[in-house]
Amino acid sequence: MLSIKNLHVSVGDKPILKGINLEINDGEIHAIMGPNGSGKSTLSHILSGKSGYTVTEGSVTYQGKDLLEMPPEIRAREGVFLAFQYPVEIPGVSNIYLLKAALNSIRKHHGQSEVDAMDFLTLVKGKVRLLEMDEKFLYRAVNEGFSGGEKKRNEILQMAILEPKLCILDETDSGLDIDALKIVSEGVNSLRSPDRSFVMVTHYQRLLDYIKPDFVHVLANGQIVKSGGAELALELEEKGYSWLEDAQAAA
Amino acid sequence: MSASAQEINNLINQEYKQGFVTELETDTFPPGLDDSVIHKLSKIKNEPEFMLEYRLKAFRHWQTLKSPEWAFVNFDPIDYQSISYYSAPKRKEDGPKSLDEIDPQVLEAYKKLGIPLDEQERLAGIAVDAVFDSVSVATTFKGKLKDVGVIFCPISEALRDHPDLIKQYLGSVVPHTDNYFAALNAAVFTDGSFVYIPKGVRCPMELSTYFRINAANTGQFERTLIIADEGSHVSYLEGCTAPMRDENQLHAAVVELIAMKDAVIKYSTVQNWYPGDKNGLGGIYNFVTKRADCRGDNSKVSWTQVETGSAITWKYPSCILTGDNAVGEFYSVALTNNYQQADTGTKMIHIGKNTRSTIVSKGISAGKAQNTYRGLVKVLKSAENARNYTQCDSLLVGDQCGAHTFPYIEVKQPSAQVEHEATTSKISEDQLFFCQQRGLSAEDAVSMIVNGFCKEVFKELPMEFAVEAQALLGLSLEGSVG
Repeated sequence: MLSIKNLHVSVGDKPILKGINLEINDGEIHAIMGPNGSGKSTLSHILSGKSGYTVTEGSVTYQGKDLLEMPPEIRAREGVFLAFQYPVEIPGVSNIYLLKAALNSIRKHHGQSEVDAMDFLTLVKGKVRLLEMDEKFLYRAVNEGFSGGEKKRNEILQMAILEPKLCILDETDSGLDIDALKIVSEGVNSLRSPDRSFVMVTHYQRLLDYIKPDFVHVLANGQIVKSGGAELALELEEKGYSWLEDAQAAA
Repeated sequence: MSASAQEINNLINQEYKQGFVTELETDTFPPGLDDSVIHKLSKIKNEPEFMLEYRLKAFRHWQTLKSPEWAFVNFDPIDYQSISYYSAPKRKEDGPKSLDEIDPQVLEAYKKLGIPLDEQERLAGIAVDAVFDSVSVATTFKGKLKDVGVIFCPISEALRDHPDLIKQYLGSVVPHTDNYFAALNAAVFTDGSFVYIPKGVRCPMELSTYFRINAANTGQFERTLIIADEGSHVSYLEGCTAPMRDENQLHAAVVELIAMKDAVIKYSTVQNWYPGDKNGLGGIYNFVTKRADCRGDNSKVSWTQVETGSAITWKYPSCILTGDNAVGEFYSVALTNNYQQADTGTKMIHIGKNTRSTIVSKGISAGKAQNTYRGLVKVLKSAENARNYTQCDSLLVGDQCGAHTFPYIEVKQPSAQVEHEATTSKISEDQLFFCQQRGLSAEDAVSMIVNGFCKEVFKELPMEFAVEAQALLGLSLEGSVG
């Protein structure tokens, strides 16, 4: 699915990622953890195509294609989805309109016809129930006046409807209370499938109680300093990040 | 939103599509303006004597005036002697009686614009007056409207057939002394629409005028007069397009609306004059005076405008709220891209008791364009309990454009309530990236965000126009990102 090789990324003159290597196979869930400023968000941004970053070395291959060559909308249409840490508001544009425009742009890219209005409504309403959202959200402006939890749930709703191949969750658990976290996690779990992979960027172990990862990677100072199974997250919870950072500094 | 993103997408990828020129034989005056031109104009239109006198009086007054400079727009002085003041497709002695007699080229031009003049083909429920350069070439559904007493005809025809109404109302809202361009218009206006809705009649269909500039080096001087008698109701739409030319052309219009007791007039404009090219070459100067007099008690006038075209727009559709409980509304979307300039807004003059006005203005600037809202809310001493609500929002696309707001508020009546809200925002990188990350192209994303920004105004437009307006916004923003 995704192969990151020796990836170096800078913002301006400042190197942020310093040689990331990561292989993600179909159906796997990878958690990227690490302290503040370790480069976690940069990694999710560079994968989804946000501007403002310079790749100085290395490559990212997605489904056999050079991901870094693709403009962000092409990545999206090819199945790369970023659930934003801070979802933006778009006044006057209804949620359902955005969803339909997004779905149709993806369908068009794959040579499919536009979705039928009735089928679309049935699809959307089903997903809304799954995420225990009020249908009224569909007709409200995108994220406008939404609470933090509602915004995050809205991201997962978009993910559920667009059915991406590679889902990147950028600090999806931040700002969520325990009930919202459960609902969001259930939403994500319901999307798990053998041909869909996840990259979960998170600061805390808490999210991993609800969405069990296959692999955990610790990012510190722009490099993956340790990889392991789900049990690594528990160890981090107990010991913090400093022992890994110290080990890296010593090396 | 009624237009799908797909439709908007398709439209975004087109150039100014109304930019074609129709080749025809025309009767065109040589350039220049003096008494003899006005005599000739009045004669060719076969006008009654009083009109010639009115025109000459206006011309004398115009000669004493200077071109106004207070608007936030920049252009080289206009040489009024280099403009031709009359151009019309050549026709038989008395003018065409039926569609068969209209030059097929003209019919074809309207067809291309999506305005078939054949009543059978026309969308049911909309009557059209088609003004081509200086003349009205056809007016549809005249007969059907006459059955209910509604007069809908070219103003040049009304001058001959309904001189009493013209004498009574023409210039009663916008006198020839009003301003520079209004004076010029009064002297040289050529055609436009005349509407009279009799007492108690609800006009059975939407009325519309489609203005087309075709000839080069001509000015179009539109004059429109709408009178809604007591208790009547009318919805009127206007559309405008012109060919792509490197020279600037002048469109100086005067529109007067009169609403008597309990009458309602809804006036909608989708203005898409040629805006000039990417480098600011060519385009229409759209210098327009539009004003409504809510003369009777409980009367209501609602202006809705979507202004996407013209090199320069200078336009303030206004309401004089004379009658008690009269209501004035102004909903505006003004979009400027490349080197376009717009200085537009409204005036709400509260005279009667309990008069109410609402102003919702959405200005969008992209490229190197300048977009100005200029508005006056004036509450006279007589206007007890007058209320006004103004909302003025500006949206910037890119970092080389400008948005400006000049609200003037004058209140002489202590019981009045006047509210003004204003915002300025930019389409953020984050919004764009978010939309792109969901699969939309940058241009579709901008178009969607702008359409969302304008939603409050679009919902005031009649259905057919709302779709057209949304599409136009996408078109006009072409090339504004990336």
